[in-house]
This record gives sequence, C-alpha cells and structure tokens, in this order.
Amino acid sequence: MIRIPCPHCSARNSAEFRHVGEAAPRPDPSTATPEQWRVYLYERSNPAGWTTETWFHTMGCRRFISVERHTVTNEIRSARPVGSTGPGPAEALSARGDAGSPDAGGQA
Amino acid sequence: MNDSPLSVVGRRVRSLRSARRGPARYSAFDLVRRGALGKDWPRSFTQPDLKSSYDAVIIGAGVHGLATAYYLAANHGMTNVAVLDKAYIGGGGSGRNTAIVRSNYLTPEGVRFYDRSVKLYENLAVDLNYNVMFSQRGHLTLAHNDSSLRTMRWRAEVNKLQGIDSEVIGPDHISKLVPYLDVSPEARYPVLGALYHPPGGTIRHDAVNWGYARAAEHMGVHIHQYTEVTAIHVEADRVTGVSTNRGDISAPVVVNCTAGWASTVCDLAGVRLPLITHPLQAAVTEPVKMFLHAVVVSGSLHVYVSQTDRGELVFGASVDPYPSYSMRGSLEFTEELAGHVLELMPSIAKLRVLRQWAGLCDMTPDYSPIMGVTPVDGFLLDVGWGTYGYKAGPVAGEAMAELVATGKTPEIISSFDLARFAEGRLVGEKGAAAVGH
Ligand SMILES: Cc1cc2nc3c(=O)[nH]c(=O)nc-3n(C[C@H](O)[C@H](O)[C@H](O)COP(=O)(O)OP(=O)(O)OC[C@H]3O[C@@H](n4cnc5c(N)ncnc54)[C@H](O)[C@@H]3O)c2cc1C
Ligand SMILES: [Zn+2]
Repeated sequence: MIRIPCPHCSARNSAEFRHVGEAAPRPDPSTATPEQWRVYLYERSNPAGWTTETWFHTMGCRRFISVERHTVTNEIRSARPVGSTGPGPAEALSARGDAGSPDAGGQA
Repeated sequence: MNDSPLSVVGRRVRSLRSARRGPARYSAFDLVRRGALGKDWPRSFTQPDLKSSYDAVIIGAGVHGLATAYYLAANHGMTNVAVLDKAYIGGGGSGRNTAIVRSNYLTPEGVRFYDRSVKLYENLAVDLNYNVMFSQRGHLTLAHNDSSLRTMRWRAEVNKLQGIDSEVIGPDHISKLVPYLDVSPEARYPVLGALYHPPGGTIRHDAVNWGYARAAEHMGVHIHQYTEVTAIHVEADRVTGVSTNRGDISAPVVVNCTAGWASTVCDLAGVRLPLITHPLQAAVTEPVKMFLHAVVVSGSLHVYVSQTDRGELVFGASVDPYPSYSMRGSLEFTEELAGHVLELMPSIAKLRVLRQWAGLCDMTPDYSPIMGVTPVDGFLLDVGWGTYGYKAGPVAGEAMAELVATGKTPEIISSFDLARFAEGRLVGEKGAAAVGH
C-alpha cells in the first residue's frame, strides 16, 4: 500500500483515493478538432519514471490533488492542491509513500 | 494436404534432416533411449553473436515476439531475424499470466481473432514438437445480476454467429460442472447463470514460450536475451535500426512486442500511444486433490479461479487501481481476493496461499490490442495486450509475420490499428475482458 500525503488531510493510504490520471492540458472544447480532442482523451506519456498526476481524495476531503510520483518505485515527491505551484504541505510531511522500503509498491 | 506415401516419406526425410541440424526432437522413443543410455538432453537455446544487421528486429521475447519470429521463419522463410529482450525469454507478462485461453469475446472482430488463436493452440504441441499442455476444460463466466446476465446473452449470440461454442446456462447446470460453487439463492451474490464456453481452458505458458523460441531458433532466428534496446533510429520517417547495450543493429523493420513497456519503446521512435501500464497480480494456493474442472470467472466479484494439473488453485483479479511499473505484490490484493473467492467457494477457507506475483499490463481505452503500422515506416506495433494477451500470442504472431513479410496488413487485425483512436473507431471489449482475462 502506498501512502499519499494529501495536502489537506496528511498522509493516507492510497485506497482512500481514486487515481484520476496523468495531468495533461485540456484543449478548448469550442475550438478543438475531433482529432485534437481524441489525442487529449486517449494518448498518454505513460512514463517509467517521474510523472505528475491527479488523484481524488474520495474518502477524505473529496478534493483533487496533484501528485508527483515515480512510477517504478512508487515514491512520492510532492502533493499539492490542483492548480497551485508552490511547495505543498506534503513536502513537510516526509514524502515517502511507505515506511521502510524504497519501493513502496506493497508489503507482501 | 496431399498425403501420398511418397510425400509422407518426403516429410519424414525432411524432418529427420532438420532434426540432425537442430536440437533433439522430443519423443517417447527418445525419452526411453536417452534414459536407457544415460544420455543428457542438449541445451535448447544457444547464445548467438549479435550481428550488425538483420532483415527484421523484434523487441521483446514474450509470446508475441517469439511467435512473430517463429511464423516469419515457418510461414514466410524469413530467418535473418533477431528477437531482443532486455531480460530473459518469458520474463514479462508471458511468464506471469494465468494462462487462460478462450474466444468468447463481445465484438465480432474480437471473437474471430481469438478463435483463430484457439485453433492454432489446438495444434501447437505438434507444430512445435513441445508439450504445451493445452487443456480445454471449459470456461464459465458467472452472472450475479440481471445486467451481467444480459451481457452474457449478448456475448453468447455474437459468439454463436461466429460459430463459437458458447451458451448461457442456469444454476443447476453450473453446479453439475462446478460442484463446490455456492449457487444457493441465499449467497451474498447469488449466481443467476453463466456464460459457458466449453473450448476455453488453460495452457502451460512457459512451454509455449520455450516451444516457440526453440522452434524459431531451430530455423535460424537469433534470440538475444539480456539485450536492451536503448535507441531506435529513424531517418526521414523511416526506421533504420536500433541501438542496444551490446551494439547497434541496422534493420528495415522493427516490431515493438514489449507489452507493459510498449510506451517506453515507442518513445524511442517518437510514436505516442494510448496506453496506461497497470500491474496485475495473481496468486496460487498449496496443491490439493483435483476438484475444480473448469475455469470460473466472476466479473462482479473481480476474481477468477482455475486448478492446475499439479492441484494448485490459481487466482486472478482485475488490475491494480493505479498505473505503475512496479512488479511487487500487495497484501490488500490477497485480502480482497480471498474475501471474494470465499463468497464463491466457502469450502476452501482452509487452503493456504503459497505465493503471489505481479506483471505489467498495457491497458488500452477499449480493451482491444493495437497492431500494425505507425507513422514511422517500418516500425510496427503488436501491443495493447492488457490483461488478456497471452491467448492471442499465436494469431498475433501469425498476422504480424504476414505484415512484416508482405507489407500488407492482414484482414484479421485491420480493425486493431493505431489510427482507430484518432478516427473514433474503438473496438469495445471491456464487457468481455475487464476481469476474465
Ligand atoms: C497476472 C497476470 C495474469 C494474466 N492472465 C492472462 C490470462 O489468463 N490470459 C491471457 O490471455 N492473458 C493474461 N495476461 C496477459 C498476458 O500475460 C500478456 O498480455 C502477454 O503475456 C503479453 O505478451 P507479450 O509477448 O506481448 O509481452 P511480455 O511477455 O510482457 O514481453 C515483453 C518483453 O519485452 C521486454 N522489453 C521491454 N522493454 C525492452 C527494451 N527496451 N528492450 C528489449 N526488451 C524489452 C521485456 O523484458 C519482456 O520480456 C495476464 C497478465 C498478468 C500480469
Ligand atoms: Zn484529502
């Protein structure tokens, strides 16, 4: 289980959250062509490394947060309210997903 | 096929001749002979030197890459081919899956495609001279509510139209096939019916991987393990070769068969994909006497189970809830799985889980694969295999080999092209592939 340092609620198990997806700029629906819209809908960078993604704290504050996570180790570097750019309170909480192992993927 | 005595003799002579060149043919006779003489079996795989050029380079030595190489050699006589893997044969999803093979999908395109694979699997042991232990024990997808029963009826009709043995059966018939299943109306999730697919079953995945690798190598294909592709060379929108940790290779055709890692390999060629890599976990119990003679899937409970020939129960579920390239198992997976399995089969509560593991799955938005050409000439895709791609190995290999050899996209994979996402032609298989892999 990884733990996500919610900037509103502090570190919580990832099971409390819903993974929304990789952060990507949304084209203007009134001017985007169907192709541009479909690229936005479907294409993903899907990196093996650091990524910035949105999570929703379903069982907590019910707010969207922006999380920087390493997809190979599941280490979390920062978590801040969506849209904010300064360092979130998450940096103050140790931004490690899990106590102990560097690969926070699980316990078994 | 012409079976005149002369052609039979001809085939014998040919197979004897090739047997002398390549590895030993496996047979009962040879088993006895080697046993009696105390002779060892020769190694199955060699470690060839990396050449500086090949007619085709295949990235990924999972079932898809190996099958593509095998059919290139067997069906098209193309043997100057290299399969490169950064790890070892079958180290990706192809050695980690739960080996379920079936063709009872939801779309006509999907059903036709997977049915061809089942047909190829039926003869694979003979074709590869390798016992792949294909066991067509029957496959049941349970329905616990009206809407899933409706999907099962829909699938059954699509399946029958394509000539697939598939029907909806009721609880009485189900409990005859799977006596230990709780089909009582008091169950927390009562079993209302099931989609029954008699030709579905399981296969021994390692044997399929090794069998394809051995047969392809026998015909001259080079399989390079521990050879990681670190760059893909593209000149004027045309692929010209790859760089690896063991040196550069020039090749006019490069095929991406890297499943969970497909996005990272496409990045090297500047091709963007609609893939998200999720871990998928599975677990096995200690072995017990044979009691479960079919594969049982419950979509609503997110779990499926089968029993191996050794007696272990193999469990699987849906993918982990967020994308990752980590292949570690998790306790919450086992907990949730155990809870759901016991809803179905309360009598196995005392069984102990022996081990669990994870593999990477390249999920597409429509649960169908991505196969064929890309904007980069000569750079081909055989990816998007998600949680369901093992069963497709033979048909995908056959079709990709045809594409490589002839330059034309075969009809059977034409609706799985990359362009479908930009053009809005998705092939929605979620109803048949989200849990039952
Ligand atoms: C737990 C689990 C259960 C499953 N159950 C089923 C099932 O019951 N039925 C079913 O049909 N499917 C199932 N699947 C899905 C199936 O396993 C995969 O879809 C299938 O194995 C994909 O095969 P592949 O050959 O495309 O890729 P893989 O077998 O994943 O091989 C990809 C290879 O690419 C190599 N590679 C990656 N990057 C590079 C690089 N840069 N250079 C060189 N090599 C590279 C990797 O080392 C790897 O060996 C399951 C998967 C999992 C994880
Ligand atoms: Zn919160």
